[in-house]
Amino acid sequence: MISDGVEDEDKWLASGIAGLQQNAFYMHRALDSNNLRDALKYSAQMLSELRTSRLSPHKYYELYMRAFDELRKLEMFFKEETRRGCSIIDLYELVQHAGNILPRLYLLCTVGSVYIKSKEAPAKDVLKDLVEMCRGIQHPIRGLFLRSYLSQVSRDKLPDIGSEYEGDADTVMDAVEFVLQNFTEMNKLWVRMHHQGPAREKERREKERSELRDLVGKNLHVLSQIEGVDLDMYRETVLPRVLEQVVNCKDELAQYYLMDCIIQVFPDEYHLQTLEILLAACPQLQPSVDIKTVLSRLMERLSNYAASSTEVSNGMLYSWLQSSNRGTDDDFMVQVLPEFLQVEAFAKLNNYIGKVIEAQVDMPIAGAVTLYSSLLTFTLNVHPDRLDYVDQILGACVKKLSGKGKLDDSRATKQIVSLLSAPLEKYNDIETALKLSNYPRVMEHLDNGTNKVMAGVIIQSIMKNRTSISTSDKVEALFELITGLIKDSDENLHDEIDEEDFHEEQNSVSRLIQMLYNDDPEEMLKIICTVRKHILTGGPKRLPFTVPPLVFNALKLVRRLQGQEENTAGEEVATTPKKIFQILNQTIEALSTIPVPELALRLYLECAEAANDCDLEPVAYEFFTQAYILYEEEVSDSRAQVTAIHLIIGTLQRMHVFGVENRDTLTHKATGYSAKLLKKPDQCRAVYACAHLFWVDDSDSIKDGERVLLCLKRALRIANAAQQMANATRGSSGSVSLFIEILNKYLYFFEKGNSEISVSAIEGLIELITTDLQSDNTTSDPAADAFFASTLRYIQFQKQKGGAMGEKYEPLKV
Amino acid sequence: MVLVLALGDLHIPHRAPDLPPKFKSMLVPGKIQHIICTGNLCIKEVHDYLKTICPDLHITRGEYDEETRYPETKTLTIGQFKLGVCHGHQRLTSLFPIYRLKVISWGDLDSLVMLQRQLDVDILVTGHTHQFTAYKHEAGVVINPGSATGAYSSVTCDVNPSFVLMDIDATRVVVYVYELVDGEVKVDKIDFKKTTATTAH
Repeated sequence: MISDGVEDEDKWLASGIAGLQQNAFYMHRALDSNNLRDALKYSAQMLSELRTSRLSPHKYYELYMRAFDELRKLEMFFKEETRRGCSIIDLYELVQHAGNILPRLYLLCTVGSVYIKSKEAPAKDVLKDLVEMCRGIQHPIRGLFLRSYLSQVSRDKLPDIGSEYEGDADTVMDAVEFVLQNFTEMNKLWVRMHHQGPAREKERREKERSELRDLVGKNLHVLSQIEGVDLDMYRETVLPRVLEQVVNCKDELAQYYLMDCIIQVFPDEYHLQTLEILLAACPQLQPSVDIKTVLSRLMERLSNYAASSTEVSNGMLYSWLQSSNRGTDDDFMVQVLPEFLQVEAFAKLNNYIGKVIEAQVDMPIAGAVTLYSSLLTFTLNVHPDRLDYVDQILGACVKKLSGKGKLDDSRATKQIVSLLSAPLEKYNDIETALKLSNYPRVMEHLDNGTNKVMAGVIIQSIMKNRTSISTSDKVEALFELITGLIKDSDENLHDEIDEEDFHEEQNSVSRLIQMLYNDDPEEMLKIICTVRKHILTGGPKRLPFTVPPLVFNALKLVRRLQGQEENTAGEEVATTPKKIFQILNQTIEALSTIPVPELALRLYLECAEAANDCDLEPVAYEFFTQAYILYEEEVSDSRAQVTAIHLIIGTLQRMHVFGVENRDTLTHKATGYSAKLLKKPDQCRAVYACAHLFWVDDSDSIKDGERVLLCLKRALRIANAAQQMANATRGSSGSVSLFIEILNKYLYFFEKGNSEISVSAIEGLIELITTDLQSDNTTSDPAADAFFASTLRYIQFQKQKGGAMGEKYEPLKV
Repeated sequence: MVLVLALGDLHIPHRAPDLPPKFKSMLVPGKIQHIICTGNLCIKEVHDYLKTICPDLHITRGEYDEETRYPETKTLTIGQFKLGVCHGHQRLTSLFPIYRLKVISWGDLDSLVMLQRQLDVDILVTGHTHQFTAYKHEAGVVINPGSATGAYSSVTCDVNPSFVLMDIDATRVVVYVYELVDGEVKVDKIDFKKTTATTAH
C-alpha cells in the first residue's frame, strides 16, 4: 500500500488540479460577465480542492500555487467591484456565506486584502480579525498553507513605519503583533504534525515537516523586513516572543530550524546587542537539538561582521604583532569594533558554550571541538590582540579532552586540526602559537599520524613566513610541539613507515633547524644545546638527518665568533669556539654508533677546518684523528674510501695550523692510506694528489720538493704496475691516461719552481706516453689522445709566451 | 641562442632551508634549455624542483649528495661548445688563488685546468668552494657558480648566494652571474668566443 502511495498521490493531485481548473474556468466566465454571485460560488468550489488530506506537502504546494494564481485574479475582480460601487464591507460579509470553512477563509483573506487597501477600516482591525478567524483550520498542512496565504497577501499592507497604512490607530506594534501571532499559530500547527498519525510513519512525517519549515520561517523573514522593528523593539518584543515560542514548543526540528532562522534573518548588530538573550535560550532547548551548529553559525556571522569592519585595522594588527615580538604590546590598541568589547561578546559566548557543553553530556567530542573551533575563529577575528582568550579556549578544549587519550574519531581529529591551524593562519607567525600554553596539550590528543601532519603544518608555516625562532625557550616550546617528528612515540615502534614520507618529514625538521637564529652568540649556543638535547633522542634513523644541520649551525656560530674575537679580547666570554667544538665532537660521535661513518668523517673534516681557522691546533688534530679512526675502522667500501681519501687530502692541504710534527704524522698517514687503496688507478691518483701535501703555494715552510718528486715517482710506479696488470689480464696496455695525468702534475710543480722536477724527466715522460699511444697493442683511446694533444698544445703555448714562463719552458723539447 | 643554468652546492637542508625567494622567482620554467648542477643538492626534493625548471638536467656528484648514482664527471655539447662538469671536491680546488671574473693566462690554474684538458672541454663548470669564480683563458672558460643558497663553507667565509646563466650562441658564450648581496640581486657578465676546435689534432 505504501509502495504505490506515490502513484496514488499523483492521481489525487491530477484530479485535484482537474477540479480546480474546471471551477476556475467557470469562475473566469463569471468574472468576465461581472457575475459576483457565480464568481463566489465557483471560486469557493475551486478552493474546496484544497480541503484534501491526501496530498503530501510537496504535492499540496503544487495545488496551492495554482489556487493562489486564481485568487490573484479574484482579488483584482473584488477591487474593480468596489470601484463599481459595491461596498467592501458588504463583500467582506458576503464571502462568509461560503459553505466550507477553508474556501471561506481563503476568500475572506482575499477580500481582507482589498479591504485594508480601501482603508475603510484600520488595517490592524482587519488583520486581527483575519488572523483570529484562521484559527478555524486546525489541520496542520491546510492551516499552514492558509496562514501562509494570509501572510503573503498582507505583507505589503502592514502598518509599518513609513507605510501608507500607518496611522494614529495603526502602529508598527500592530504589524509586529499580527506577524508574531501568525507565526505562533503556524508554529503550533507545524509542531503538531509531529504528534499526529501512526508512529510507523514518523520518519516520513518528519521529512514532510521539514519541507514545510520555510512556510513558518517566512514569518521571521517578514518580521526582519519591518522597518519599524528597531533594536529596542527587537530586544524587548520580537526576540523574546519568538524565543518563547521556540523554547516552549519543545520540538527538536522546530527549535533547530527556528534558531538558525533567527540567526540568518536578523541583522548582525541586533545579534551582537541581544547576545545574552539569544544565548540564554540555548541551554533551554531540547538536548537532541544540534546546538553546536546553531552556535557555530552565530559565531561565524559575528566573526564575518567583525572581519568586514576590521579590515581597515589589519595594518594596525600587523604592527601590533611586530611590537609584541619585541615584548612591548602595552602601547598598542587594536581598533576592533568597540561594540564587541562593550557587550563582552567573547565572555558571553565563552560562558554559554561552556554551559551548553556541560548540559549536553552526550555531545560527541567532535561537536564540542567544533564549538571551540568556531569560538576561536570568532575570537581571532574580533579580538586578534587577545591571545589569552585563544589560550583560554584551547584550555577549555583540553579540559573536555582530558582523560580521553589519543582520539580515534576522525571527525574530532579533523576539527582539532582546524582548531590548531586557525591561529597559525591568522598570525602567520609561529611565535604566537608558542605563547599558547595549552596548544601542545591539545596536540597531545591527536593520533600519531595526525600529530605528525600538524607538526608538518607548523614547520611549513615557519618556512612560508620565514620566521626566525630566536630564543632557546621558544625553541624548547617548538620542539615540544613537533615532538612527533623528533622521536618515536611508544606506540608506533611497529608501525610501517613509508620511507619516502619519513625522509620528507625529517628533511623538514632539518630545514627547520636552519630557521633558528639569534644574533647574540650566547643565546645561539643555548639554542644549539636545546636542539641537540632533542634530536639526540631521535634514534639512529633520524640522526643522519638532524645532526648535519645542527653541526653547520654550530660552525656558522664559530665563524661569527671568529670575527668578533678581537673585540671581546680580554673579557671573560662564556661562548667560545673551543666550547662549541666540544659540543660538536660529542654530537658527531653520536653518528658513529649508527653507524654512518662516511657522513661523520665529512663532518669531522669540516670541524677540523673550522678549528684551523680558529687557530686551535689540538682541536683540529683531534678532529683529524677522529676522521682517521673512522677511515681505518669503518669505511670499508672501496669507492667510499677513494672519495674519503681525496677529501682528507684536500682538507689537510688547506690546514695551516699544524706544527711540523703533527703535520708530518697526518701527512704520512694520508700517504699511507693512498697507497693502500684497492684499485691501482685509484692508488695512483691518490698518491699524486698527496704530492700537494708537501708543496703549498702560499706557504713558505711547506715546500718540500724532494718529497713531491717521491710522490710523483711512486705514482709513476703504480701507473706502470697498473699498465702491466692490464696487459697481463686483458692483453692490452690499458689506458695511458694515468701517465698523462702525472705529466700534468710534473708540469704544475715544474712551473711552481720545484727544482727537483727536471726538464729531462718531463721529456722522458712525454716520450713514454708518445710511444705508448703509438704502440700496436694499445687499443685506440680518443679521450687519451685528446688529453695528450691538449697537454702538448699547452706546452707549446707556454713556450711561445715568452717572459719568465717562456724561458722556463725554453729547454723543453717536444 | 641557448640558455644554460649552472648552479650547485645548495646543501639543502643541511646548511640552508631553501633557495632565496628572489632566485626562485627568477628561475621560472620554460626559459632555460639546460641545467648544469655541480652537485651537493643534497636531497631528492631539490632534484625534483630543478626538474620543474627544466627537464634537461645534468648533475655530478657532490660529497654530500644523497643520490649516489650521480657521475663524478660529465661532458655535454651545446652549440659548438663542449662543456664539462665536475663538483671538484676530488680536486684540490683551493690551490688556485681566488680571482673573480678574471681574464688570466692559461696555466695559472692547476688541477682544474688539468681536468679541463683531461675532459677536453671548452667550458668547465665546477663547485665545492661556494665562491663564485669565472676564469677566461686562451683555451676556454672555467666557471664556479658558487652556492645557490649561500651555504656555509669551510673553504670560503661570507658566502653570497649565486648562480650562473650561460647564453650560448654557436661559437660565443656570454656568462651572466647573479649574486645576492645584502638582499639585492647583482648581475655581472663575461663573454668568450671560441677560436680553436678543442678536439683538433
